[in-house]
Amino acid sequence: MNILIIGATSAIATATARLYAQKTQANFFLVGRDAQRLEALADDLKVRGAKNVDIEVTDLADNAAYPVWIEKAFNALGNIDISLIAHGILGNQSECEKDVAKMQAMMHINGFSALAMLTELANRYEKQGSGTIAFISSVAGDRGRSSNYVYGASKAVVTSFLQGLRVRMAKLGVQVLTIKPGFVDTPMTADIEKSGPLWAKPEDIAQGIENAINKGKHEVYLPFFWRYIMAIIIHIPHFVFNKLSL
Amino acid sequence: MMSQFSSWGKYPNQSQQGRVLPQRTSCLKKIARLSDDNTMLPYGLGRSYGDSCQNHQGIVVGSSQLNSFIHFDDQSGILRCEAGVSLADIIQMALPQGWFLPVTPGTKYVTIAGAIANDVHGKNHHTAGSFGNHVLQFELLRSDGTRLVCSEKENIEWFTATVGGLGLTGFITWVEIQLKPVKSANIDTENIKYNNLSEFFSLSEDSVENYEYTVAWLDCSAKGGALGRGHFTRGNHSGSNTDHISVSGSEKNKLSFPLTPPVSLINNLSVRAFNELYFHRQQVQSKKTCINFDPFFYPLDGILNWNRLYGKKGFLQHQCIIPKANAKHAIKELLQLISVSGMGSFLVVLKMMGAVPSKGLISFPTEGVTLAMDFPFQGQKTLDFLNQLDQIVSGAGGRLYAAKDARMSAELFQQAYPRWGELEQLRDPNINSDFWRRVTSEPC
Repeated sequence: MNILIIGATSAIATATARLYAQKTQANFFLVGRDAQRLEALADDLKVRGAKNVDIEVTDLADNAAYPVWIEKAFNALGNIDISLIAHGILGNQSECEKDVAKMQAMMHINGFSALAMLTELANRYEKQGSGTIAFISSVAGDRGRSSNYVYGASKAVVTSFLQGLRVRMAKLGVQVLTIKPGFVDTPMTADIEKSGPLWAKPEDIAQGIENAINKGKHEVYLPFFWRYIMAIIIHIPHFVFNKLSL
Repeated sequence: MMSQFSSWGKYPNQSQQGRVLPQRTSCLKKIARLSDDNTMLPYGLGRSYGDSCQNHQGIVVGSSQLNSFIHFDDQSGILRCEAGVSLADIIQMALPQGWFLPVTPGTKYVTIAGAIANDVHGKNHHTAGSFGNHVLQFELLRSDGTRLVCSEKENIEWFTATVGGLGLTGFITWVEIQLKPVKSANIDTENIKYNNLSEFFSLSEDSVENYEYTVAWLDCSAKGGALGRGHFTRGNHSGSNTDHISVSGSEKNKLSFPLTPPVSLINNLSVRAFNELYFHRQQVQSKKTCINFDPFFYPLDGILNWNRLYGKKGFLQHQCIIPKANAKHAIKELLQLISVSGMGSFLVVLKMMGAVPSKGLISFPTEGVTLAMDFPFQGQKTLDFLNQLDQIVSGAGGRLYAAKDARMSAELFQQAYPRWGELEQLRDPNINSDFWRRVTSEPC
């Protein structure tokens, strides 16, 4: 098993990598910004059973760099069975409302950079004719809410893109998976008060990702109950929704 | 989320402020957003029962982000990993490669740094000593930014203060330990039903040589001539060689106690019924089986959040060690007191501890017999009763386990752990705990 992970030090990506290292002794190509943390993750994965781990330190906001490291990843791994795109920021909604540059930065990092990588990867997978492209989107992309609509929009743009890409790739035997986690207890959400049963652990999300890949799913809400929560949320009429502080 | 940083016994049940230590730790005080005269306390998985993992005059700082393995040599069995790696993680990684924990407590949901800080022991204490005996080295990060690599060769005073040191000397960042080779994931187990306390002592003596693991469960409802009756369990790692050791025990298959009931479900009636039934569940006097390591070492881990059974008021654990010379007499006295008081304990565990000396200044394990019991908190009468137990422990020169305590007197602590002052000397000025303030603020 050969796995490319983009944004590898994010909590969900790390948990997923660990799971695959333990279960399949996979080869990894890890892409991220923080060299020290990538090296630590590489060591960790090797102890857990990974065969070979390469790392690539890069700024994922840098458009020009994608083709270079994607080339490197294919050279290192040969065939890629799974590409997991997991980078992103939660950002600050109120700052994005006041500052166009901040809003655009969020759209770029979470949204457009992913579209560029997906385009590059899709063309590679087209030649390969097999494997999975998985992207970590968010339930926040299902309906814009006042508390985080910039983040939501940055995810929605990719979710929508993937819907089309999925159709294109399906004919070639490539799985395109959109992962929509709900609230996950990670460093990204460290400043949010975590109470109640809706909060999941990264390890649970990782298990859900593996299951969805194995079952050839197109889209998965994690944990599963978010499918129902979001089904309700997207059907709330505007005159009610406008009064809710969601 | 407050309950993230609670103690296992939920007594005393007060909300505790906390923060999580990021992966790259540089300046502890900055991370903890701490002023010079304030304190913090390292916090692992919160399995300490009482107030040794609580710091209400400051904050606790969690190690959940420090959860990476660093290196494992599958030839020598030497493992290096970060402080917040749990014993469950280590088993999952190492057992399929033929390695197991050298010492394990009754739950695998503790961090490796927590295992060192409490110098935990297990069913093999009589052969292997406590956890600290298998630690090769670790790094200690002090609040002033100093990093010390501690072992029995380097920074020895810090090593002995940190093993069993309740997290008070600094933050452990990484650990290196020696795992031990095993040939299977199973334990050849013998379960012997025995009829009274003196049979427990003779079974323990007889098992020291040939059994790596021994422990007994006691029926605390038994009285008179049957006092101390129970089931004695002894076992060894199974010798049958398997090419691939599979580790089951997925969390998915586990039961979890989903909520905290307003009152304890464990009361005199249920305790009596359970103990009676449990004692008689095995008809034959001795039964040999080969069972998986998971139910053998961690029967309570099978029900996640079992502590919630005790309700909102929580529970108290009382675990003592009585030195060998006084053990027979004092254990009998303790059991008699429990049986006449009607303060039944759901689980009573008895184990003979070996002579291997512990490394820590205030390590709990020592040669003798240890008795562990749980009591639902029922207000002052529970505390009074535990004080009565303490009098017997104190009179017999025994000690209580800090990891399980929420109420022992400063006097008993200082009498039982005469080297506590040396630990106080090496304590990080910005680290403290509710427990430590309680038992050391006034020299007795």
